Amino acid sequence: MSYKLQFAELLPYWNVLLYGLVFTIVLTIVSTVAGVAVGTAGAAARTFGPAWLGRIVAVYVELIRNTPFIVQLFFIFFGLPALGLKLSETTAAFLAMVINLGAYSTEIIRAGIEAVPKGHIEAGLSLAMTKWEVLRHVVLNQAFRKIYPALSSQIIIVMLGSAVVSQISAEDLTYAANFIASRNFRNFEVYLLVAVAYLVLAMLTRSALRALGRVIFKAR
Amino acid sequence: MLQFSFWDILSNLLVATQWTIVLSLIAFFCGGIVGLILLFMRTSRIAPLEWFTRIYIEFFQGTPLLMQLFLFFFGIALFGVEVSPWAAATLALTFWTSAFLTEIWRGCVESIPKGQWEASSSLALSYIEQMRYVILPQASRIAVAPTVGFSVQVIKGTALASIIGFVELTKAGTMLNNATFRPFLVYSLVALIYFCLCFPLSWWAKKIEGRLNVAR
Repeated sequence: MSYKLQFAELLPYWNVLLYGLVFTIVLTIVSTVAGVAVGTAGAAARTFGPAWLGRIVAVYVELIRNTPFIVQLFFIFFGLPALGLKLSETTAAFLAMVINLGAYSTEIIRAGIEAVPKGHIEAGLSLAMTKWEVLRHVVLNQAFRKIYPALSSQIIIVMLGSAVVSQISAEDLTYAANFIASRNFRNFEVYLLVAVAYLVLAMLTRSALRALGRVIFKAR
Repeated sequence: MLQFSFWDILSNLLVATQWTIVLSLIAFFCGGIVGLILLFMRTSRIAPLEWFTRIYIEFFQGTPLLMQLFLFFFGIALFGVEVSPWAAATLALTFWTSAFLTEIWRGCVESIPKGQWEASSSLALSYIEQMRYVILPQASRIAVAPTVGFSVQVIKGTALASIIGFVELTKAGTMLNNATFRPFLVYSLVALIYFCLCFPLSWWAKKIEGRLNVAR
């Protein structure tokens, strides 16, 4: 190979990369919090809600889980304006991420809820706890403890999947890479650097989630 | 100006769907073969081979598939070889698929009781023979459901090949949208076609999983 890699040419663009990195991190954190909230509501609706609501949630989950994220993103960004709902690329990116993670976490949390023995719910109700108290202290508490590892890996998958939002020009880490490549034509160098950045981000996210899990679910 | 009717849009999308299917099949089968080789390396208890597969899996599972596509597309070109989107997409998807399949299958292999390994090694079977005649036949039973489930991820993964210019379902959708300015219709149809490809596989995976649980 006669080509020499020139990483030094990326140095002038450090602020572009940093902005992209921060955008990706914020996007991940916001969509994690909102997505898990959607997922919790969806899972509760599917297991305890009325049948019609459960069916709507089931359709939502299957539709999202069986279509590519990029198509969901394009549908929201390009398709919805035709119905009069115009979104900026940043809003569309956030919305698509929340909807996507919401569907996956609905399914994960539902599995956790179904693993809670029925006797626990009955015991809670017989102690005069309200339905909400049982859900909060008996069901969700145990469910989250069980599914936390699965949820953690889904969060990392969604974080990596967020690279796609660059395609509607939301300014994430991949968008920064594309931008730099279009300026100095060092495609391989910049994509390699950004790939390593994602790898480090994934590893850090994993350890951060593990540490968070230890704090939340302290052994009793 | 050329006018596109609903049926023109649909038939064009269906033509492009063929390429989504072809790319998915190639990625899945080549990824399966590479994954099987990696599985042997990963469970071989030979330190350098294990480390290599670990790093390989960490890289392909820890970076976005989109980045891998870019790296293959621009990386091979550095060697002075002209890369078609078709070749880059096939390679990236194959390696990406193999990393995930290896991890899935490793889980299945490790769920086989240790006694099976010990019994077969006391029968003087070599490592390859142990895997071939004792471990894999049992592990493959458990592996079917998650493998079918992962094939859905492969189909969805091929959508990213559109970004490096491979004309499959998503790319065709983008092109048709540019020609017709009917994004809502076009992307609804694209999503619907993906759903029709993926949902039966998801459903089948769930069914096999349920059947395994009953057997236990």
